Parts: sequence; C-alpha cells; structure tokens
Amino acid sequence: MTHRHDPSTALEATGLGKRYRRGWALQDVSFRLPAGRICALVGPNGSGKSTLLSLAAVLLAPTTGTVRVFGADPRAAEARRRVAFVAQDKPLYPRFTVAETLRLGRELNPGWDQAAAERFVAEAEVELTARVGSLSGGQRTCVALALALGKRADLLLLDEPMSDQDPLRRHRTMGALMAEAAEHGTSVVISTHVLAELDGVCDYLLLVGGGRIRLAGETDALQSAHRLVTGPRGTGGTTPAEIARHTVVETRATGRQLTALIRPRGAPAEDGWIVREPTLEEVLLGYLRAPDAPPLLTAGARPPAPEAGA
Amino acid sequence: MEYRIDRRSGIATYLQIVQQTKQALRLGLLQPGDRLPTAKEVVAATAINPNTVLKAYRELEREGLVEPRPGLGTFVRRSLARPGAAADSPLRAELAAWTDRARAAGLDREDIAALIASVLDERFRDGDTTTARTTTARTATGESTVRHGENG
Repeated sequence: MTHRHDPSTALEATGLGKRYRRGWALQDVSFRLPAGRICALVGPNGSGKSTLLSLAAVLLAPTTGTVRVFGADPRAAEARRRVAFVAQDKPLYPRFTVAETLRLGRELNPGWDQAAAERFVAEAEVELTARVGSLSGGQRTCVALALALGKRADLLLLDEPMSDQDPLRRHRTMGALMAEAAEHGTSVVISTHVLAELDGVCDYLLLVGGGRIRLAGETDALQSAHRLVTGPRGTGGTTPAEIARHTVVETRATGRQLTALIRPRGAPAEDGWIVREPTLEEVLLGYLRAPDAPPLLTAGARPPAPEAGA
Repeated sequence: MEYRIDRRSGIATYLQIVQQTKQALRLGLLQPGDRLPTAKEVVAATAINPNTVLKAYRELEREGLVEPRPGLGTFVRRSLARPGAAADSPLRAELAAWTDRARAAGLDREDIAALIASVLDERFRDGDTTTARTTTARTATGESTVRHGENG
C-alpha cells in the first residue's frame, strides 16, 4: 500500500468499517480532520462514536478500510506516541494512588510532562495521595485526562469526557484542554451527544449516525451551507416546488406554515419565504430528525482521492 | 483585560472579543503599549476555542489597533479613547448622574437603554441611523462587560 505522508492531517479515514457479531457498527466512513482543530464527534447513542475513536486509537482493528494519524499507520510507534485516548469508562488501576498513576504515565511515555499532569490534577482539586478507587467518577475522569495531557500528545481522542463532571469542573477541564491546544497546537476530538457542551469550543464537526458519516467539516462552513426557510405550506402534502429544487434536509409543517432546512442550490431567496442561516444546533437537530438526509462533507473534510494501487 | 463570553448572545464569539477590546480602548482601560492576554490565558479562563481568540486578534491587527510582537505577545498600538469618553471624564460623570436619576424615577435597565437609543436615533438622524443603533447596543453591553471584568 502506498503511504501518503500528510502531517497536516491529524486524522483520516478511508472506507473505514467495523463489523461486530451483531452487525456493522461503522460502514464506509471516509473523512479528514486537519491538524490543530477542535472537533466535536456527535451522534445518537450507539451511532458508532466510540467505535470510531477506538479504531483511531488502535484498540480495535478495522474490518474494512484504513485510518491514519498524521499520515502514518496508527500502529506505528511514532503514531502511538502522538495520540492519547481517554475511553468512556476511564480504565485506571483502582489500587494506585493518583501520584502512582501519574508515575506510571511518566514511566510509560517518553516526553512525559509531569508538571502539566500535576497542574491539571491540582486544579481539579484531586489529592495526589488519594487512591483511584476511592475517587468519584468526575475525579477519575480528571486523572484520566491528566494522563492524556501529561503524555503531551498531538492528537487527543476523548470519549465523552464531560459526562460525569459538574459545571465548574467542566469549565475548568475545557479551559485546560483549550490552553493546551493554544500552546501546542494540539488537535482534539471530543465525543458527546450534547453539542451545547461544546458551544464555542469546537471549530470542526463530525456527525455520525447509523454507522455512517452524515456531516463533516468546519463548523462555520457547515452552518453557512444551510438555510432555514419558512413560508406557506401550499396545497397537498408535497413540498412546494420552489423548496424542493434545493437539497432538502428536513421539512416541518405547523398550521399553514412550512419550515425547511435546505442546502441551497443557487439563490435560496424565494418570494414570500423568510430565509435565515441556522445555528449549528439547528443544523444538527435537522439531520438527527431526518436520518435519510444526504450526507455533507465540506471540501476540507474530504479525504484526497486514493492513489492508484493504494 | 478580562473577556466575558456570552454564548447565548447570538454575537459571534470572536466579535465579542473584538468589541470588548475596542470598548476597553475607548474607555482608556487599554492603552498603547499594553499587552493583550495571550490566547492561552484567554481560553484557560473562558474555555473557548483558541482559534477564535487568534481570529479576533487578527481582526484587531487588521484594523491597526494592535500588533503582534513575535515571542512577546500582542500589544496595543493605538487608543480609541477620545478625551471626552475616558472613564474619568466629566461627560461620563454626567451620564452616570443622569442614569442614577433615571433609576430613581423607576426606570429599569432596558427602559434606560431604550431611552438612550431613541435620543441617539433622533440626534444622529442625518447620519446612518443603523450605525447609531448598533453603537448604542454595543455600548450598553460593552460597558457592563468591562465593569464585570474589573470587579471579577
């Protein structure tokens, strides 16, 4: 296989698929995440978010296709050094103290940043002498995140890191992650099913649903590719022709009024229709309500065409 | 300089940083030679995307208000303060006294903002009224922002 070396791409999947005994968890997943982005990985429960992260972190082997980190095979030693993964269940040794856990991180990771790890634990007000098994879920998450930060990785893969944290700790955690990204240009993928949690944080979005990529790209480009139009419902049960000529993601009728989320083809302005740009959340909700809507990958999110023989 | 990000305001986050910086420049709270907080400092406090801060600083740089000095940070180049608009100016004191009277007369914050907006609209009628209205809105939110920053 030909290896494109592309350090400007933090994460890239091509035809990626994973089949478990009960069926396909991910199918035909292709996308590109440029380096230095903060990416929200969003989707309903069981949509394949964790599987995708586990494939990138080589905890799982793909059934089809490939995944690459910074242009390299994620199994390569160099790639493993550059990627840190915090799994949803935060596997840690319960009998270790926090200090011992950090020492383990130091022993296992060349380039370990003890100060960064300790700072994060201290800010989270977790005692270094406490046993991991005695910590609350939120505190354990902090220790797992401290390990990931201490590793000084170039790509952080975080599977629902905020789910068991209170609002203050959430804010601190996010602040610490963003400071890390500001200082080192770290790429971050954070999975969540609450997009509001990442409001103002993410500048890139991956929406997975039914094991496939449904939206991928820069948040501002995804937002500006859509319009919310509101107008008369018209007669009959069909979508009015002036709306149907666009790519229609979703329509909702209330009384005589019809609201549609569209990807405009040509000028979206129609006589008598109110046109506005949706928020990112409105785009996302539209796609979640319409599982059959055609997927959208922005130009920057499409992986380059595979080379001949690749 | 401490930024206060309102995620519900509907104003793009980078614009909030641009507006709050300008507000501080207008009020003389930031002066030429002052260093803006680093992107790292801003995001650690506000938990927003660092690229947003950089975008705001690039915008301020494009407008000639700040300049990056490699390895040192981003520094204020020029002030937007007009002598009459400084934090300790007589005009401001008059406005503060007037606001106290308006409150004493039972007007709440929104009543006062609406009143000021309508007077501005009237007085700036020859110019672009839209601009006047936007400026008012900015002043209303911006000023409270700066005060929050100082107290907090």
